[in-house]
Amino acid sequence: MMNNSAITPEMVAQHGFTTEEYEKVLQIMGREPSLTELGIFSVMWSEHCSYKSSRVHLGRLPTSGERVIVPPGENAGVVDIGDDWCVAFKVESHNHPSFIEPFQGAATGVGGILRDVFTMGARPIAAMNSLRFGPLNDEKHGNRNSSILKGCVDGIAHYGNAFGVPTVGGEVFFDESYSLNPLVNAFALGIVRKDQIFFGKATGVGNPVLYVGAKTGRDGIHGATMASAEFDEEALEKRPTVQVGDPFLEKLLLEACLEAMRSGAIAGIQDMGAAGLTSSSVEMAARAGTGLELDLTLVPQRETGMTAYEMLLSESQERMLIVAHKGREKQIVEIFNKWDLDAVVVGKVVEGNRLKVFHNGELMADIPVDAVTDEAPKYNRPMDGSKFKAQAAKIKIEDRKPKTEDRGEALKMLLASPNISSKRWVYQQYDHMVRTNTAILPGADAAVVRVKETRRAISMCLDGNGKFSAINPKEGAKLLVAESARNNVCVGGKPIAVTNCLNFASPERPEVMWSFSETIDGIKEACEAFETPIVSGNVSFYNETEGRGILPTPTIGMVGLIEDARKIITSGFKAEGDLIAVLGETKNDLAASEYAQVVLGLTTDELIANGEVPRIDLNLEKTVQQTCLSLIDNFLIDSAHDPSEGGLAVAIAESCFSSLNHKALGAEIELKEAALSAETILFGESPSRIVVSFSADKLERISAIAEENNCPFAVIGKVSGENLSIKINGEAALSAPVAELENLWATSLENKLEK
Amino acid sequence: MKAKIYVTLKPSVLDPQGKAIHHSVELLGFEQIQDIRQGKYFEIALDSQMSETEAQETAEKIARNVLANPVIEDYRVEIV
Repeated sequence: MMNNSAITPEMVAQHGFTTEEYEKVLQIMGREPSLTELGIFSVMWSEHCSYKSSRVHLGRLPTSGERVIVPPGENAGVVDIGDDWCVAFKVESHNHPSFIEPFQGAATGVGGILRDVFTMGARPIAAMNSLRFGPLNDEKHGNRNSSILKGCVDGIAHYGNAFGVPTVGGEVFFDESYSLNPLVNAFALGIVRKDQIFFGKATGVGNPVLYVGAKTGRDGIHGATMASAEFDEEALEKRPTVQVGDPFLEKLLLEACLEAMRSGAIAGIQDMGAAGLTSSSVEMAARAGTGLELDLTLVPQRETGMTAYEMLLSESQERMLIVAHKGREKQIVEIFNKWDLDAVVVGKVVEGNRLKVFHNGELMADIPVDAVTDEAPKYNRPMDGSKFKAQAAKIKIEDRKPKTEDRGEALKMLLASPNISSKRWVYQQYDHMVRTNTAILPGADAAVVRVKETRRAISMCLDGNGKFSAINPKEGAKLLVAESARNNVCVGGKPIAVTNCLNFASPERPEVMWSFSETIDGIKEACEAFETPIVSGNVSFYNETEGRGILPTPTIGMVGLIEDARKIITSGFKAEGDLIAVLGETKNDLAASEYAQVVLGLTTDELIANGEVPRIDLNLEKTVQQTCLSLIDNFLIDSAHDPSEGGLAVAIAESCFSSLNHKALGAEIELKEAALSAETILFGESPSRIVVSFSADKLERISAIAEENNCPFAVIGKVSGENLSIKINGEAALSAPVAELENLWATSLENKLEK
Repeated sequence: MKAKIYVTLKPSVLDPQGKAIHHSVELLGFEQIQDIRQGKYFEIALDSQMSETEAQETAEKIARNVLANPVIEDYRVEIV
């Protein structure tokens, strides 16, 4: 039947199989596979699709909870927000494509995550991005890093703005390890009625299978497979591994899909993401326990002369696979044609467990789908954490001389540093207001989007901290989850669920695998403490260039629920004379701070060698968060802000800065902490703290609530004048005009990018 | 001496702009149009002292490093 040339050992190697893996293919097939079948196994068993190095560990994550409607395993996780409304959300990496072609790589990352969300039947209402780049002032790679950043931001704006989803938040972070290794993690969230959720299942024997959306081209066919004997030099030239997206077409696809879903004609639907037609058909059949027959001759094609192999592996964007209820396919075709999109019946659901692919009347592949998914390789790769332990305590930060003794200057240096300065240059390129539901704009602790037709709002944030994770992966992960939860709390959101994107270097290195496993343990512990289950996520390994890996970088996307949109609060001080207080405690946590890097000049490697991260007590963290939520709930406080990078001094300064509808305000602060150095008090990064402000007449009730919750609480000053002045243990520590501080903070990034 | 440089998307790369133009052309009633792909065209005036080989090399370098994105685009240089 399949008149392919014999499979040579070279072809097996080029498709990325180990000898054992290929043995397994032979065993499953009971014969030598055709080239097309080899391609299918190759993409389905790639790290990206099979999670072969991470599955062993991912099982430890908590995934259930009262609100969880759809746990991990579908295109996106779905969580109940009350009154039969749900949110569907997920974060996914697009790191490698964004390095090769920043604009299109980041753009198609946004496109892919939006499709994941609307495949569930949800209309996307918000997007965020976590971006990590190498330093812009790096001697060797500075220009390249800067152009990667510009390209990614441009691509995200291009896709998100044209599609019509607001990009409401995210983060931008710089570290040397991301030079030539940028991280682009895209998040999307949509809303859906509980009874209108759709699944990627090929149910109902005899049901027709439809291909909808854009035509298939030769985009993004797996790089490793290019050198197969069939392809000549000229063909290689024709095959870019980068996909180009079309946001306007995706908008049509969204509307057509939602309309077709409402019509009741759809039994199952899945987007064609990585590994395109192959993974969508195999996964849909495997989830439903059915088989599929596809005829590739019917697939709409953008180019002539495409082989079955190419069509199955193409990663052309803006395509979906739909299983219709029998007899209603015509209705679906009509809806898609109305939106100017292709919709073609390309096959049907059959009994059994086999995926049969025909092309030009010939059977090109015949594979048992359950075996491809269930028997995919699963590795418990060697782990070794000894390097981490051996390094600890080599360097003492106390021995370092600061670049300035003047604390006012140190604050200015921090405010202007890349990781703390305003990311306005980035988010101003995004449309963050489209759909007119954005209640808190980018640049805040968390973004907030109203849910129309209810009085609720959804808060969300995307956080990562590669530095903490590199020093101590388990504690780093706990700190990270705690910060994400705190960020939601600071806008009035009660954390409800989490999506994660785990960016790591090569899993074949034992120290990387160890830090991965530790990270999972840390996330598990913290998510259990906050009762925020993981509902979706993605793992990205092999983030290495020129033999150097990135810092282990888990990204946490946490979603919170605000029951009453009147209770949203922002981070800026509101009125002259208001009192400023801190919930939580400041401890000796200067070791891994931005201060240590920016003012003491320690490199990330030195921080790692030093081995110290801030200590976190999850019980205290919960107390602080609950207290803050209870203060917000009783309309007692007017601002809340979480000190993170740069510590208390930076957080207070940020609360002084002007914001939408509020001019800048000064503050007089007096901090008392006899046991700690002034630098540690000002710039240490102890977790579990929130800076709040409120009118003086509320003090009594606030103190009472703090006491009731057993939450450390101290008034530290008041909103006053135009300067930020801080005294420590009675002595003046710093004083500077807020306008000057704000200017440094606001313009630092754009000055670097537009020089 | 003049260099003419044509920059086009590689044949396999999706061309949303070309597709939009195609759609408009169809709406205007032109039939039998199978496909439209668009690109960029540059004219660079070169020093007349240059030899044709030098001009070709210079123009190719400009095209490769500045005008085209070699990941998704092809270019063609003509010296006249």
